[in-house]
Amino acid sequence: MTGNDDSPIAELRGATKRFGPVVAARNLNLTIRRGEFLSFLGPSGCGKTTALRMLAGFETPSEGAIFLDGQQVNDLPAHRRPVNMVFQHYALFPHLTVAENISYGLRQRRPKPPKADVAAAVERALETVRLPGFGARRIWEMSGGQQQRVALARAIVNEPKLLLLDEPMAALDKKLRHDMQIELQTLQRQLGITFILVTHDQEEALSMSDRICIMRDGQIVQMGSPRDLYDRPKNRYVADFVGKSNFFDGTVESVAGDSAKMTGPGDVAFVGHAGEGVAPGQAAMASVRPEQISLSRGAGGVPVTVVNRIFLGEHTEYLVRNPDLGQFLILASRQAEAGEGNFEPGDTGYATWRDGAALILNND
Amino acid sequence: MRVYALAVYLFLYIPIGVIAVFSFNAGRYAAQLQGFSTQWYGKALANPFVMEALQTSATVAASSALLATIAGTLAALALQGVGGRPRMIFDALLYIAVMVPGIVIGISTLIALVTLFDWLNPMIASLWPVAGTAPQLHLGTGSLIAAHGLFAMALVVIIVRARVAGMDRSLIEASADLGATPFGTFRQVTLPQIAPAILAGFLLSFTFSFDDFIIAFFVAGSETTLPIYVFSSIRRGVTPEINAIGTMVLAVSLMVLILAQTILRRGGVRAPEE
Ligand SMILES: Nc1ncnc2c1ncn2[C@@H]1O[C@H](COP(=O)(O)OP(=O)(O)OP(=O)(O)O)[C@@H](O)[C@H]1O
Ligand SMILES: [Mg+2]
Repeated sequence: MTGNDDSPIAELRGATKRFGPVVAARNLNLTIRRGEFLSFLGPSGCGKTTALRMLAGFETPSEGAIFLDGQQVNDLPAHRRPVNMVFQHYALFPHLTVAENISYGLRQRRPKPPKADVAAAVERALETVRLPGFGARRIWEMSGGQQQRVALARAIVNEPKLLLLDEPMAALDKKLRHDMQIELQTLQRQLGITFILVTHDQEEALSMSDRICIMRDGQIVQMGSPRDLYDRPKNRYVADFVGKSNFFDGTVESVAGDSAKMTGPGDVAFVGHAGEGVAPGQAAMASVRPEQISLSRGAGGVPVTVVNRIFLGEHTEYLVRNPDLGQFLILASRQAEAGEGNFEPGDTGYATWRDGAALILNND
Repeated sequence: MRVYALAVYLFLYIPIGVIAVFSFNAGRYAAQLQGFSTQWYGKALANPFVMEALQTSATVAASSALLATIAGTLAALALQGVGGRPRMIFDALLYIAVMVPGIVIGISTLIALVTLFDWLNPMIASLWPVAGTAPQLHLGTGSLIAAHGLFAMALVVIIVRARVAGMDRSLIEASADLGATPFGTFRQVTLPQIAPAILAGFLLSFTFSFDDFIIAFFVAGSETTLPIYVFSSIRRGVTPEINAIGTMVLAVSLMVLILAQTILRRGGVRAPEE
């Protein structure tokens, strides 16, 4: 029944979910690899939770099929799936203690595991989430971050094949969230469980995942490693979602292999990798990452005026304006600044970028 | 405004206070206080008629409350799955049942029961093997339990449903996700969550039945509940013994109501804040 290490742990095949007239998920095709950390990234309402709930067994797909470990599980109820979920608002049982919450899953097993084994597993799980000795506490005696870790412990103690996490860190403050992200990542490597994380925080997805699945309107737009998505976004939607970028309208001049040349406003040329569906003569969009642009005082490049400056520690972010291109962002490193000196709002300079730094994308 | 409110409260509570005070009156006459005594409590509790009425009342209250709690809880859970127009109709019927005056319920229950018995009794008699020995359905403890249980069920549904509706649905999903069967989830998650409401529903049903005079008066037949006993003795004049009974009923009812309130309130704040 269990597949070998190369077979996918889970699969969505043409999974569609309708709620009356609303199509929450549309023809999702997705293969989840054993042991990977996968993220669903997308704006609110794009169907991330719905996709997760179909895997967990809370929603039956209207069309298509769900496979877990090679088995079609469309009609397998949630309580019989080897999958556990960490809910967005934790859904901890308020009438049970921390330890009783964590042991809940083990206590449902038939035949019942020995009490001593359960207690030992709970203690280990508490240690894993760094809450040793908190077992006797009540849920409402725990802080938000602690509750989140209890929710995590309650799931991992069952050693599921697949752990689903629905925006588990949405309710935490920035610092705690960062700590939890690191803990979660460490835990995933340590346990070797496949994680699927739902988030609409692109930084979270980029920093934690092996692969990211970008969604829009119930559909998968692009799927790939964080680096793939950052360097080779398929269209503007993905480029916009993953990291910061500047976008310039223009017309495609020529396409050669996977590279294209676009002429933008004021006859500024952009050369770089061509995204999907880019053809000569068509309207397109050039995306240039702020860190790919450098700002200098010497002549050459696009003349700009500094509008605003934000000091970010290691980097400085400049908002600059060019009469033709409008406003765009430049991210200057400390090193670059050492050479060129600081720019103040109102200063003029020249913006330059290498050929190939741009991405030529269709307007999707 | 303050004075007005005070007057209203005095008007409401002075008669009750007077009853309680006079129940401790040493003298026989209700008109004048003659010192403190608990003799009337002793007399009331030693009176076989009072004790019999008390027993009837307690039996009816406990049985009808139990019936109402079981049926009401099941109905509240089932109503969760009902939506739209049918739900609205059920809701309206429930609230009507609670708001209709007791006298209307009393009369209509009486008519319904009598009609039913008139129709059933000949049928039973004709089917009975030995002529003349067939049992006759009649008004009594059974009809009291049925009438009170029916009315109190609406109360229980309203209380339990408020709690069920306030329950986090994701708890049920979390339980299923952790491998609990639907029945396991009901037993380990749903029931503990709504238990305070069920208990409160039971207690309120109990006091309702224990205190009810109007409905009981119509459907009791030859049975005497405590309120009916009090009513019939009052026609022979108010005695300190009656005051003592009234005070005891009041004390028991108040205690049960406060207990029910406390259970409901405590059950409400036990969920975590976030
Ligand atoms: N039970 C339901 N009944 C009707 N519509 C639903 C239901 N569940 C989800 N939807 C709709 O399906 C779409 C996708 O919802 P989903 O919860 O999957 O979004 P999401 O990507 O998780 O969003 P968020 O980031 O806000 O959590 C939304 O338009 C939502 O309104
Ligand atoms: Mg969601």
